[in-house]
Amino acid sequence: MVLAFAAGSLLLAGLGLALLWVPEVEGDPAFPIFYLHVPVALTAYACFGWGAWKALRLLWLDEHRYDLESYTAIHMGVIFGVLTLVTGSIWAKFTWGQWWVWSSRQLVLFLVLFLFYSAYFMLRYSTDPGPRRARMSAVYALFGAVLVPVSFLAIRLAEDVIHPGPVVVSREGPQMTGDLFFVFCVSFAGMLGLAGALYTNELTGKRLDSTLRELRESLE
Amino acid sequence: MTRAETFVAAAYLVLLAVVLLYVVVYAFKLSRLEREVRELAELARERNERKAA
Repeated sequence: MVLAFAAGSLLLAGLGLALLWVPEVEGDPAFPIFYLHVPVALTAYACFGWGAWKALRLLWLDEHRYDLESYTAIHMGVIFGVLTLVTGSIWAKFTWGQWWVWSSRQLVLFLVLFLFYSAYFMLRYSTDPGPRRARMSAVYALFGAVLVPVSFLAIRLAEDVIHPGPVVVSREGPQMTGDLFFVFCVSFAGMLGLAGALYTNELTGKRLDSTLRELRESLE
Repeated sequence: MTRAETFVAAAYLVLLAVVLLYVVVYAFKLSRLEREVRELAELARERNERKAA
């Protein structure tokens, strides 16, 4: 509850600062979408990474609880992935005049990552619940984690110039003024908080669901 | 409202819509869990009554 409130406050503060405090970026009047699109994309990567970490813990320690944690993190990653694709498309329509550009490797790689993790659910629900499904899902989640740095680095490696280059994380530090970077950090903290709050709620719900199922089996 | 403002508003509304959709889905899930808890409590009570009898 506290996390959700803090996340909501930070997101509102980020939106307010983006619209009212920072000066308009020359040549891109739709730049405030940056404070939404980039934090959402980085949060999606963080969720997929968290899911892979939990999957690794499951394979390493063979503790069943990590299966649910990994699954929930990937579930959140897919939600943030949808948001990344939709907000990116809206921004692209304004700046490039197209909703989607197939020649941009950054976009296509993110779509591949998103589809890979969307297929995770198909794999998961095509197998009966149990340790075998948990291990299979964990291995799949770990394979997907390889795509996260590839997708993240594609922005640097891509030769196309359609998608903007790295402005937040680069060798020379943030490629933006201090006030823009501050607003970005506020928005990113808010987005991570939102993901954390959703993850906690979803995990609690799934655990409760699982406990109720066990209870029903023992009572019937 | 300028064209840019419309696009910015649309992007933020998408986030709001997704969060609201999540809340609605979660509300349905909570009501299902509540129903299941009630059913299990009923089952447990019947079981106790049978034991007592």
